[in-house]
Amino acid sequence: MNPLVQGLITIVIGVGGCVGYFYLSNLVVDHLIFPAKGKNAGRNINRANKVRPWLFLFPAIFALGLYLVYPVVGSFWRSLFNRAGTDFIGLGNYMALAASDEFRTAVLNNFLWVLFVPAGATAFGLLAAQLTDKMRWGNVAKSLIFMPMAISFVGASLIWKFVYANNADIGLINAVREALGASGPIDVLQIPFWNNFFLMVILIWIQTGFAMVILSAALRGIPEETVEAAVIDGANPFQIFFKIKVPQMMGTIVVVWTTITILVLKVFDIVYTMTGGNFGTQILPSYMMAYMFRDDGRATAVAFVIMLIVLPVMIWNIRQARRELR
Amino acid sequence: MTGLTLTDIRKSYGSVDVIHGIDLEIQEGEFVVFVGPSGCGKSTLLRMIAGLEDITGGTLKIDGETVNDIPPSKRGIAMVFQSYALYPHMTVYDNMAFGMRIAKESKEEIDRRVRSAAAILQLEPYLDRLPKALSGGQRQRVAIGRAICRDPKVFLFDEPLSNLDAALRVATRIEINKLHESMPNSTMIYVTHDQVEAMTLADRIVVLSAGHIEQVGAPIELYNRPANLFVAQFIGSPAMNIIPAKIESAGAQTTVTLTGGKSVTVDIPTDPAESGKEASFGVRPEDLTVAEGDDFIFEGEVALAEQLGEVTLYYIEGLVKDQPIIAKMPGNHPSRRGERVRFTAGRETLHLFDAAGQTYRRSSDG
Ligand SMILES: Nc1ncnc2c1ncn2[C@@H]1O[C@H](COP(=O)(O)OP(=O)(O)O)[C@@H](O)[C@H]1O
Ligand SMILES: [Mg+2]
Repeated sequence: MNPLVQGLITIVIGVGGCVGYFYLSNLVVDHLIFPAKGKNAGRNINRANKVRPWLFLFPAIFALGLYLVYPVVGSFWRSLFNRAGTDFIGLGNYMALAASDEFRTAVLNNFLWVLFVPAGATAFGLLAAQLTDKMRWGNVAKSLIFMPMAISFVGASLIWKFVYANNADIGLINAVREALGASGPIDVLQIPFWNNFFLMVILIWIQTGFAMVILSAALRGIPEETVEAAVIDGANPFQIFFKIKVPQMMGTIVVVWTTITILVLKVFDIVYTMTGGNFGTQILPSYMMAYMFRDDGRATAVAFVIMLIVLPVMIWNIRQARRELR
Repeated sequence: MTGLTLTDIRKSYGSVDVIHGIDLEIQEGEFVVFVGPSGCGKSTLLRMIAGLEDITGGTLKIDGETVNDIPPSKRGIAMVFQSYALYPHMTVYDNMAFGMRIAKESKEEIDRRVRSAAAILQLEPYLDRLPKALSGGQRQRVAIGRAICRDPKVFLFDEPLSNLDAALRVATRIEINKLHESMPNSTMIYVTHDQVEAMTLADRIVVLSAGHIEQVGAPIELYNRPANLFVAQFIGSPAMNIIPAKIESAGAQTTVTLTGGKSVTVDIPTDPAESGKEASFGVRPEDLTVAEGDDFIFEGEVALAEQLGEVTLYYIEGLVKDQPIIAKMPGNHPSRRGERVRFTAGRETLHLFDAAGQTYRRSSDG
């Protein structure tokens, strides 16, 4: 069939379906269930009006349920089955996780990521926001700092692969080391423990732009008079920044911080691309990826653990963001 | 002793001149109000005194010391902003203590000063509250308290009452007045566009327009003897009625012909050379009375009458183009709408301005 005709039919069915649904469902409520006549007419009208919002909400709730709730429940259910999905093994996958050294490493590393990446990105973002504020070339500087946001995590990882390359002719780090007279190149991605931080740098590099943009707006939102009052009160620029500006931006800082925290718990690409989780750099998302399609039971168990960790951060994030809007 | 001296103070933003050379002396303990229409540069001038804006030209002395290049905190000033400018994340106590903490005052001294300021402003019950839990009037009192805690030589107020509702404005105005009386050595500079605030608060009013001073003087002096048309129309409400006129005969007394042909003689001396020149004749609405008989200044049809109980306002149209002449008479008067009414005023209350808007002075003015 002609794709144009196909499209038109889809539109007609879609729009017609919506109109039909609302028309018919209202008709049913108003005339069959709660008819606005007879001796209970007044009561029925009130009841129909109480039901009506749910008629309108139902399609959205249904779609959200289908695409959000079902996957959660479905994943959890799948995590209770074995590798092939044939045998119910209860919490077997979770026990296996708890016993796994690699999982423990991943949890520990992820803890470090959650600690340092949001802190680093927020701190640098705040610094960049303050330094570029009211600067003549501020917007150019901001665009440059924001640029990494436009690169995919894999793309960014590839860039940093060059920076970290184990070769003084390619890798920036080794080039600097050589210039400083160090002997022989090193592979920073293989230095135990510290290699985690070299990976975190990449995400911080990407997320600083995000933090900066949001915090810049918050900085602009601070009433100029409070700063002027502080100037008259004798505060120096540092005191103004830390005692007047930052406290007034605290709500936004928390939102930025928690948003990046949630992101940290989702990003597998960087570890996946840079080290594949080797050399003790595994984190939960990349650990999950390592099991995906090999042992979906185990992978969904990891996914569920991640969800449990993200959930409280998410709730806090949404609450804080709501309060900011008020 | 001199509080402040401004000598040829100028301000430009790039090529735009905003303040065109202000010369002014303010005595210690004086309450000076800068008044003028919106955008005339009052805030800019005040902010230059505060040190929040650079001074483009001229010198500013506070207490005899040139402070052009001295940072705001070292000038011995405190400022109260229209928007209160309280630190929203600090309690009332911390708001007032902030400056002293920066200055590393002792805890006891901070506590003493905060509590005494709070006592003056009746803020004691609110010391632990955040600004958002206060009403507008309370917030502005906290801002004033913060200024008091700085123990400044000069208080600067930038339209501090503009964000308050009418009743609160009057109450806070009275409080500021009392505050000034309780601190007779503190100089206060107060910016407003509201001439009632200016009249009620000021020892001296500085009338500004478009970046220069129109007149400086005590409130009543400005009211009785405005130096020019601008001040005449700015001070007083409703504004002074201005009727275009032509000087018929100059001399110890001056006779002018008003538009419409009526001749009026005023006891204002003019130079014989002024004879035949264009002029403006001024009379305040509250100086007008209904004339009995033939001795009147002008005659016109009452287009509208507003009876407010305490006063009655007549709007007389047709005499001056697009500008009703207003007569404001105490007490209750009949409407007389549509009638032709003659008005007169005491000779000593009449004003005469030359074509450039400058006042022809009375001989008694010296
Ligand atoms: N930063 C600025 N840049 C350019 N012009 C300004 C600036 N600030 C104020 N102005 C101009 O200076 C004039 C005086 O402003 P302001 O002192 O705020 O007036 P007022 O307080 O009397 O209403 C206004 O015409 C305003 O447009
Ligand atoms: Mg202003």
